[in-house]
Amino acid sequence: MPDHSIEFDRVTKSYGGNAVIHDVSLALTANTTTAIVGESGSGKSTLLQLVNGLVLPDSGNVRIQGRNLDYGQLPRVRRTMGYSVQGAGLFPHLTVRENVTLVARLEGWPAGKIRDRYRGLLALFGLDEELSGRFPYSLSGGQAQRVGLCRAMMLDPPLLLLDEPFSGLDPITRASIYREMLQLEHTGDRSVLLVTHDMDEAARLAGHLVILKQGRVVQQGSPQQIRANPADHYVRRLFLDGNKDEN
Amino acid sequence: MKINPCRILALFILYPLYAPGLPGDGLKSVPALPAPAPSGLYGGGLESVPALTEPAPSARITVGSKNFNEGYLLAEVISRSLELEGFSVDRKFGLGGTLVCYEALVNGAIDVYVEYTGTLAQAILKLEGPAPDPGQLDAEVSGLGLQVLPPLGFNNTYALVMRKDLAGQKGITRISDLPGHPELALAFSLEFLNREDGWPGLARTYNLPGKPTGIEHGLAYQAVAEGSVDVIDAYSTDGELSRYALTVLDDDRGFFPQYHAIPFARSDLPDRAREVLIGLSGRIGDNRMQEMNRKTTVDGMSFAQVADGFLHEEGLGDTRTEDRIVHTILGNTVTHLKLTAIALALGCLVGLPLGILVFRVRPVANTTVYVAGLLQTIPSIALLALMIPLFGIGVLPAIVALFLYSLLPILRNTVTALVTIDPVLKRVAEAMGLTRWEQLRHVLLPMALPNVLAGIRTAAVISIGTATLAAFIGAGGLGEPIVTGLALNDTGLILQGAIPAACLAILVELLFELLERLTIKPHMLQGQLPK
Repeated sequence: MPDHSIEFDRVTKSYGGNAVIHDVSLALTANTTTAIVGESGSGKSTLLQLVNGLVLPDSGNVRIQGRNLDYGQLPRVRRTMGYSVQGAGLFPHLTVRENVTLVARLEGWPAGKIRDRYRGLLALFGLDEELSGRFPYSLSGGQAQRVGLCRAMMLDPPLLLLDEPFSGLDPITRASIYREMLQLEHTGDRSVLLVTHDMDEAARLAGHLVILKQGRVVQQGSPQQIRANPADHYVRRLFLDGNKDEN
Repeated sequence: MKINPCRILALFILYPLYAPGLPGDGLKSVPALPAPAPSGLYGGGLESVPALTEPAPSARITVGSKNFNEGYLLAEVISRSLELEGFSVDRKFGLGGTLVCYEALVNGAIDVYVEYTGTLAQAILKLEGPAPDPGQLDAEVSGLGLQVLPPLGFNNTYALVMRKDLAGQKGITRISDLPGHPELALAFSLEFLNREDGWPGLARTYNLPGKPTGIEHGLAYQAVAEGSVDVIDAYSTDGELSRYALTVLDDDRGFFPQYHAIPFARSDLPDRAREVLIGLSGRIGDNRMQEMNRKTTVDGMSFAQVADGFLHEEGLGDTRTEDRIVHTILGNTVTHLKLTAIALALGCLVGLPLGILVFRVRPVANTTVYVAGLLQTIPSIALLALMIPLFGIGVLPAIVALFLYSLLPILRNTVTALVTIDPVLKRVAEAMGLTRWEQLRHVLLPMALPNVLAGIRTAAVISIGTATLAAFIGAGGLGEPIVTGLALNDTGLILQGAIPAACLAILVELLFELLERLTIKPHMLQGQLPK
């Protein structure tokens, strides 16, 4: 297995003449959690969506485990990448169980395998099986977010893409989900790419931080390194803003 | 004439179609026709020997009629005369006006209907000047594969009428007597007051003094009978003339155009049928027609009964009026449902995939919705009329028109429902690795379903309403008793169509509600969050 789970090679992306990602090159070590941190509009979500092909680069290459992203086989490729977003993005017409197990059913997993995996995931995130038949509208924010994470993890993907999944949750719920996320590291080899504006969250969950500012990488390294030597005022301010939610 | 709310409502709904008054009314926009080739000799058939290609006795003949009392009545007379001769007759009565009848005749959807010389000359052939006699008209249309048969006898034109007793008392028999009686109160329908072939020309021709008042035609007969006015305009064969004991003043200077009733037929009409129709010529004079009209509009007899009576009196044969309710409510409802259901099914079959396609290929989306919207702005009757040159008359053009109408609600709701789904959910579905089809099948369509169903529901209710107009192009359904009821001023008949149509609409609403309950989770319906 190559050392790098995700590589960006001189990737540029712009919308209507405005560059959102400027010539970014990055190599992220396999089986670690990397946080992309930046203000709103820094391009961090775009960077994440370049990985699963929701966004196509104008130039440059995105490589997953050493191979260029196969844009002709996106559905197949994406099933190796769990995806979870702020607000969970659960499908309102499906129950909790249907939301979580949808892709496994489409993959043709046998019912027993689906059931076992589903139960395991609920347990991992501390969800009661009694929720299975409920529809998303009746879940609390924390429950919905956990269900969203279960859904992302259903196929046990080697790569997990998280787009601010913990924003909008109250601090107590967030703290307990952090604990569950940290436990995930013990469930197998997995690379996690977490997009967040919250430096504290990034520092808690990730071993490697990438600081993004206006589409450019301004600094990367371990949380300790960056905290000790912030590259500029922007990075320092991200630490100071810390726990406060935007929007 | 009694004015009842039901009739007014029906008139309001059907206003664009229902042309009361002269047979040629409301036809100012009849499209120009190809110039007729001047050929053919009128009257040749009167003495002619039957052609070599004599049709089988069981030949089917389709008789059409315009949508007013006299039209139905004469069509029934013709139909029964033909049936007496062993023909089987398809009745396509109550077609929506001269244009529809004429197109139907040209297309062969009907074989014969009763037209009026003045209407044929002005509205169809666009001839200038006074109406030519039937022989000239026959020569004009022979190049079109049509023939004008000898007139039935009466002339249904504008007329000035007054009470018989008053006329006798004043010694008035002719319009030219009127200038000598300035004390008479004249009241005319607004249309008559404004038409050049109405009051303005009449006043000039007869040097009539004074200013007549305007009066709604429906009220004029009662007003003149009660003596609140003295002279009104009328149509010379109105049944009301004999009902109210009115007399027609002689148009002694020949001002009013001639509207002689003639059987207007296709040239390929079997010769034996042609002879039957020629046999009717001259048998129905002005008074006879007034009388027959009165029996239906005033005495409430059925067309069939009056037609039977006429044939019997004329010694043309006895037909049984098996008081057959030709169009039973059930039969009409079934036809109506068929029209609506087939049109709706087609609407779904085309509208849903088109909506999905349009949603996927965004640049096409607006254009398609605009075009469908444009279709919706075409008035129902115009759309139905547009169908005739393409599909003739009957069920097919009606279904096509109803299908086009159902397309917009289905298409637009489908596109809107798909477009307005939360973009985050669309992104998640894509990012989860669902293929395009899986995204549609498992996420987009189920989420769009409430709106899509609402669109189909709207289309269904619109179709049920619009399908009542399909009777004007001979498609049958619940519009048929409505159209006939209007012509006959028969509230009962109107309600025979209107009530089942309303019930159908309600039933369909309930059906869709049930369908929603079965297919959609309650929380997916807008504005509902169950405990």
